[in-house]
Amino acid sequence: MTAFLAVIGRDLRLAAKNEGEVLTLVLFFVSVGVIVPFAIGPDSETLRRLAPAIVWIAAFLSMLLGLDRLFRPDFEDGTLTLFRHARLPLPAIVGGKLIAHWLLTALPLVLATPILALLLSADLETFWRVVLSLLLGTPGLAALGAIGAGITVTLRRGGLIAPVLITPLAIPILIFGVATIAPPAGAAGSASAAGLFLAAISLLLCAITPFACALAITAGED
Amino acid sequence: MSIDSTVKGNWFSRIAHPGQFASWTRPVVLPMAIVTALLFAIAFWMAFFVSPAASENVGTTLRILYIHVPNAWLSQFVYAVMAASALGTLVWRHPMADVSMKAAAPLGATFTALALFTGSLWGRPTWGTYWEWDGRMTSTLVLLFIYLGIVALWRAFDDQLRAARIVAIFTLVGALNIPIVKFSVDWWSSLHQPTSVLRPDGPRMPANILTPLLVMTLAFTTLFLLLHLVRMRTEIRRRRLYTLERNRAAALEQRA
Repeated sequence: MTAFLAVIGRDLRLAAKNEGEVLTLVLFFVSVGVIVPFAIGPDSETLRRLAPAIVWIAAFLSMLLGLDRLFRPDFEDGTLTLFRHARLPLPAIVGGKLIAHWLLTALPLVLATPILALLLSADLETFWRVVLSLLLGTPGLAALGAIGAGITVTLRRGGLIAPVLITPLAIPILIFGVATIAPPAGAAGSASAAGLFLAAISLLLCAITPFACALAITAGED
Repeated sequence: MSIDSTVKGNWFSRIAHPGQFASWTRPVVLPMAIVTALLFAIAFWMAFFVSPAASENVGTTLRILYIHVPNAWLSQFVYAVMAASALGTLVWRHPMADVSMKAAAPLGATFTALALFTGSLWGRPTWGTYWEWDGRMTSTLVLLFIYLGIVALWRAFDDQLRAARIVAIFTLVGALNIPIVKFSVDWWSSLHQPTSVLRPDGPRMPANILTPLLVMTLAFTTLFLLLHLVRMRTEIRRRRLYTLERNRAAALEQRA
């Protein structure tokens, strides 16, 4: 357990030394949200209606952008090879890194949603629902992202492949994430049912990711 | 003496050894091509002369279904073949499973694209639109993106042996995810008619439509198996060429 916590602590300390990365990610998240009104016009009624979708798209893109930092630096300085031969099994290490990754890339986005909610004139209830759906959905997004990052870590030109690979697989998270805020007109089911599905998908992905990802890292380094 | 002659001729090594696979499949290709052509001839004859020209609920666009349904079936069948091969790669490190997986991916993408294309041709007169964000259409589109992603992943690696294990992991993650995608997209929006062939109370269409459809599906499936086999043989040759080129380059380097 101490080794597991040490893996999380190490990533957090590395990020604290280089806090620009997290801030850049939040900045990207907010700028995606800010750029949308320029494309669809400043009508606050339209923006209020689209706010959940815009926040989710912004979060989705930001999570994709932050993928590369999950394993790439460890691969380049050889830490990943050390991890493979550590006493702690590789899936556990990947799990620890996944938790740290969520704390560093998803939690800041959730904390930054008030800015977007304010700019997009969302009401208070919508805002809380957005926060709830992001809290439920981002672990799943982070887990899928980790699979993508693990698969492409040995590729020098892998930057764009991982997002392309995981975008189709992330569609259920997007569907249920937005439906947790406001279910679409044709959907059968309530917002709370969508929230439960979202949580279920996130749990499933978080359960399989450490193993799939560890297998991909082992296969890639052979 | 070559390595080939030391291999015992049991069935497993006949499948597993690339050289042996290439030699026992050589006589299979031509008969399979003939069978496929015959099946297609029968299926087209049935589609044009046995089947009615129109049915009460889809009208004269009925014949598009004879092309659309087999492609839609193959779009899922090919993924099942890939997932089974992926298990072969990960569990038994079966060399032909790699080749099978790689050969199937572009074929799956093509059949999926054809299913979407014929579906939208069918949708224009029937639903009045080429594209609708309906559950089944959307999940087929997502499947196409997954296929294209897998093809891109294969191409991103120089070392195809290492690529195989990584693509296999992704293929299996995808196989786990596709039912979730399908379910969630259906939940999201649905317009496509419900399943009408495989139903507990028997197929919901007359026999003179069902029979041509089944024969056509069989013809398309044999076409896939044939193309898959040919692509696998091509891939074996490509790998052999790659090894020869590398050996030659190494020999030249040694001389220099």
